[in-house]
Amino acid sequence: MAGITSFGAYVPLFRVGRETRNWGMPIEKAIASHDEDSLTMAVAAALDCLADMDRKSVDALYVATTTSPYIEHQLAAIAGAAMDLRADILTEDVSNTLRAGTTALRSALNFAAAEPGRKALVTTADCRMGTPRGGFDQTSGDGAAAIMVSDQNVAVEVDGVYSLADPMLDTWRAEGDAMVRSWEDRFILDEGYRRIMSESIRGALGKWNMTAKDFSKVAYYAPEPREHGRVAAEFGFDRSQVQDPLFGRSGSSGTAHALQVLICALEEAKAGDRILFVGYGDGADIFNLRVTDKIESLRNRHGMKGYLESKRLMVDFNQYLRWRQLIGAESARRPASVGPSVSALWRERSDVLPMYGTRCKACGYPQYPSQRVCTNCFTWDQMEPYRFSDKKGTIYTFTKDSLAGGAIEPPSIVTVVDFEGGGRAMLGMTDRVPEEVDLSWIGKKVDLTFRKISFAGGVHNYFWKCMPERFPS
Amino acid sequence: MAESIKDKVAIIGMGCCKFGENWWWDAEDMLIESTKEAFADAGVEPKDIQAAWLGTTGGFSGQLLARPLKLQYIPIVRVENACATATDAFRNACYAVAAGVYDMVLAAGVDKLKDSGISGLGSDSLLPGGTGTATGTSAPGSFALAGTRYAHTYGMSFAELKHMLAQIDVKNHHNGSLNPKAHFQREITVEQAVNAPMIAWPLGLFDCCGVSDGSAAAIITTPEIAKKLKPKGDYIMVAGLAISCGAGQGQTQNKYDFVHFQEDVTAGEWAYREAGITDPFKEIDLAEVHDCFSITETIIYEDMKWAPKGGAKERIYAGAYTLEGELPVNPDGGLKCFGHPIGASGLRMIYEVWLQMLGRAGKRQLKKADIGLTHNLGGAPGSFTCAVAVFRKPD
Repeated sequence: MAGITSFGAYVPLFRVGRETRNWGMPIEKAIASHDEDSLTMAVAAALDCLADMDRKSVDALYVATTTSPYIEHQLAAIAGAAMDLRADILTEDVSNTLRAGTTALRSALNFAAAEPGRKALVTTADCRMGTPRGGFDQTSGDGAAAIMVSDQNVAVEVDGVYSLADPMLDTWRAEGDAMVRSWEDRFILDEGYRRIMSESIRGALGKWNMTAKDFSKVAYYAPEPREHGRVAAEFGFDRSQVQDPLFGRSGSSGTAHALQVLICALEEAKAGDRILFVGYGDGADIFNLRVTDKIESLRNRHGMKGYLESKRLMVDFNQYLRWRQLIGAESARRPASVGPSVSALWRERSDVLPMYGTRCKACGYPQYPSQRVCTNCFTWDQMEPYRFSDKKGTIYTFTKDSLAGGAIEPPSIVTVVDFEGGGRAMLGMTDRVPEEVDLSWIGKKVDLTFRKISFAGGVHNYFWKCMPERFPS
Repeated sequence: MAESIKDKVAIIGMGCCKFGENWWWDAEDMLIESTKEAFADAGVEPKDIQAAWLGTTGGFSGQLLARPLKLQYIPIVRVENACATATDAFRNACYAVAAGVYDMVLAAGVDKLKDSGISGLGSDSLLPGGTGTATGTSAPGSFALAGTRYAHTYGMSFAELKHMLAQIDVKNHHNGSLNPKAHFQREITVEQAVNAPMIAWPLGLFDCCGVSDGSAAAIITTPEIAKKLKPKGDYIMVAGLAISCGAGQGQTQNKYDFVHFQEDVTAGEWAYREAGITDPFKEIDLAEVHDCFSITETIIYEDMKWAPKGGAKERIYAGAYTLEGELPVNPDGGLKCFGHPIGASGLRMIYEVWLQMLGRAGKRQLKKADIGLTHNLGGAPGSFTCAVAVFRKPD
């Protein structure tokens, strides 16, 4: 029987909160950096989920989001390359609904059931926008979650699934809309979330002949805290059974939200716990989950616990507005951005997406970018591929470049990174506060993170940057 | 068997236009300005030029030189070798005369950079046609990496580094204030340099040379012809020529320390060997070096053996490199006061050596100018192209 065999999560480093100037509210939420989007966050969560598993053992990849950077170009293909998965796998983007994450999970379970022994990885992220400081902005947040599914070593069994479809327009976006649309508050909550959650959970429990008492926990999507509470109350779940929906911490993260809440539950769960899990959007996906003793093997994931705690408060909300280009910022006059050469990107795809370099078989020296002639021993054509993206590094030197920064987030911090195991590369540094970066940072440990470098010529250009360790080792 | 260039070629005339934001001149105008002075100085006419070498990063082929000067169907090589372009154009012109193929040649350099309308040089990332994913950094940013590492390596605080670099900024501005052809002709103070806005931390505004327009030119011939045309001896001899190209070693290897530029060392040692110089700090009377950034000049002192490794600070504060010091560096104000039109800078450096050796440096005139050196550097720490030239007065 197919079930959950691993999980991972990702919450962006920066939060807005009470002390953030120009936010003015005691509400905390997670904000994706200017160089993050649904794809980069989905990759981060998926890598957390993969942990030290053999990447070549993944047989299917689902990427779910409502905020895809592309309308015609598959995110899962890019993510698969970035994570160095095999090419001969099923890749699928699932989109257009807030329950895309749970719908993708259903598809992954079907895949695993149909393909015994095979593994399917679901990763979901969202980066939705509403009017700054408005109602939606206060309850939403950015983030990602990932689940691995297989019929071997199942940590969470799936004893039942139920879905309901409903073409309800409560919140939605049409092509070209930057911000979420919604109809009147009272209506969309009464006839949207509340009604659909009610009908779908009733339908599921009815089908399975179960009640609230049969579950240790209920974990489900909600657009805002009061409605979240109402659902639990309607079905008689008491406080101890209701998994915290993350309002005031990371916020409601669109397609990722339900899975993030589930992961929080799984991080505290023990063998025998039964969890009712609900994803919402244009209907609902409902899962009857039962935790096995294999849950103990997943305690080393950073997950929601790790990523929630790893946070920095944004000093001024204007930074978020600049990041989303809702306000402009003056910067040095620099050459206009031109799109990358697509043929060059294709040719360098291995150096770019999973950040492969080469290691010389004659002398063992790893080098980036890929070389044919060894930089160390000058031997020709004795190279083997060598992956850098998962290596730890230390800062050898850096600069804070006000000229190259561009309008969005000057200065740009350029770092020379020495890799554990050898090799060196010059990389941008992200997830840092420039004023804090000084001479004492030489020798500091960094991790690599998959980020968006630019958007020009219609191409979202992705590569790796370094960042101070989120989880100091 | 390879031979030395020493005493095989002579410069009999040089020219240099005013450098700066030359809005009223294009590249062709500036070539006319610098070559006009060179021809008058040499007592030679354009029709006497048998071949030419043009250093530039713009324009179209060697025709950029032929068209304004109306050079008639002669061989012209267009040279580009990063910021060492002008010296490399000069170098190749010298080899052609030394090889005995030509008797009278012209080396000219020009760049018109201010029409771009941007701050700083070129693009932040790869050349056009690239992936766009290589980490973008500006020229100040690349050298700032050496600044950060220099402070770390030698146990300097940020304030100590800034104060040391400011000494170089102040020195070069002082020299430039005495030079009517410089873009910037005003003094600055250490406080101004230390407190200037950051361009690429730790480098501030006065640690960075500007982008500018300019042109310079040299007329090169054999020593025999020079003696005949200039019986009073107002010409100079080439004593050494070198260029060294990096292979990105420092960008791919963990062992590169970011506080020396191997290409400087290699080119310097070659030029010293050709010129017969064994104690550079003592024997060289003046040097024009590539002070694109103050940290660059600092490291050059050490690379060129004018200070021990890590010992530049002591000599800087002792005033060793000022006009009154043992080895005046950048007596004309350097890239700091001229800016850096890439195709011209190396020749502008040779122009100052030329003026000093012929006693024509006015307020900047050094008492002793028998052996002069120019140093011209392009690229980024970890991978440079460095050209070094040594000159001496004729016997």
